[in-house]
Amino acid sequence: MHIAEGFLPPAHAVAWGVASAPFVVHGVRSLTREVREHPESTLLLGASGAFTFVLSALKLPSVTGSCSHPTGTGLGAILFRPPIMAVLGTITLLFQALLLAHGGLTTLGANVFSMAIVGPWAGYAVYRLLRRYDVPLMVAVFCGAFVADLSTYCVTSVQLALAFPDPSSGFLGALGKFGSIFAVTQIPLAVSEGLLTVLVMRLLVQSSKGELTRLGVLVAGGKRVQAESSEAVAR
Amino acid sequence: MSRNTKINLLLLLAVALLAVMPLVLGLGDDKEQPFTGSDGEAETAITEIEPDYEPWFSPLYEPPSGEIESALFSLQAALGAGVLAYYFGLRRGRKQGEQRARERDAAGVGGAGESDGEGV
Repeated sequence: MHIAEGFLPPAHAVAWGVASAPFVVHGVRSLTREVREHPESTLLLGASGAFTFVLSALKLPSVTGSCSHPTGTGLGAILFRPPIMAVLGTITLLFQALLLAHGGLTTLGANVFSMAIVGPWAGYAVYRLLRRYDVPLMVAVFCGAFVADLSTYCVTSVQLALAFPDPSSGFLGALGKFGSIFAVTQIPLAVSEGLLTVLVMRLLVQSSKGELTRLGVLVAGGKRVQAESSEAVAR
Repeated sequence: MSRNTKINLLLLLAVALLAVMPLVLGLGDDKEQPFTGSDGEAETAITEIEPDYEPWFSPLYEPPSGEIESALFSLQAALGAGVLAYYFGLRRGRKQGEQRARERDAAGVGGAGESDGEGV
């Protein structure tokens, strides 16, 4: 999903930067508030960022005969809500742009938009929706992480198709082309990311029950979920 | 081995199988260069669509060789894995410490009550 340095025309680069900036600024605010109000969260915040670091460094082979990497943004979005992932994802992308020549500064806005904004929000939305309908926690976590991963690569395909529409078949033709490179390759990797996120969430449930309850991931005895659904029935 | 550990190991095994399967089935064999990065393939697709396109900015720093690049990628993964391992190790240690303190209170004070209350 890394659009390489200089590979977006200047107008597109600026536009995606402008679109991403408010999300990142808002994310920085949420992050400082979270750390100030709950200093004990710092460790788990670090672990969420670390998960993104590991997963986005793992280039895995896929069924299309090419390699790609997961994003690791679903976990943090589920734990701390998406705004915070806008910051943690941006840090990861900056590290790769500056040290690895992977992605770039001119394409940072576009890459942040796909990996640190749309991915976390889409994954979080799916997770919340499934939890609302009493889907088991781990199933919701898997689907959330899967969607966060896959939607990131779909956004990248759209970004590239907008910048480089096919001369004969236009935007849709280019979307098909980039989609087959990114999105299809990503499907098995998104499954892997879902499984790894479930694994880490299981370890968290075993080790950090208190923390997960405070963050609303675990509800004491499932009471709130039940209350919500019985309210829905009453309405 | 507890049931929890078994499930965790199965999850890891599934991820490993998903990663190895494309290699074993030779799904990259029909390509000139099998298993290249999809980011690079996208760059190729861009130059196919717009042959005249020239990247207008180049990276400030570029790893001088593939080895250095893979070293930096390993560094990234190692940093992340290190922090994750620290987190889970710390949690586990704290939990054990708390449990030991509780046991010591229960055994040593013999139900005097005071420290029991604090232990919780």
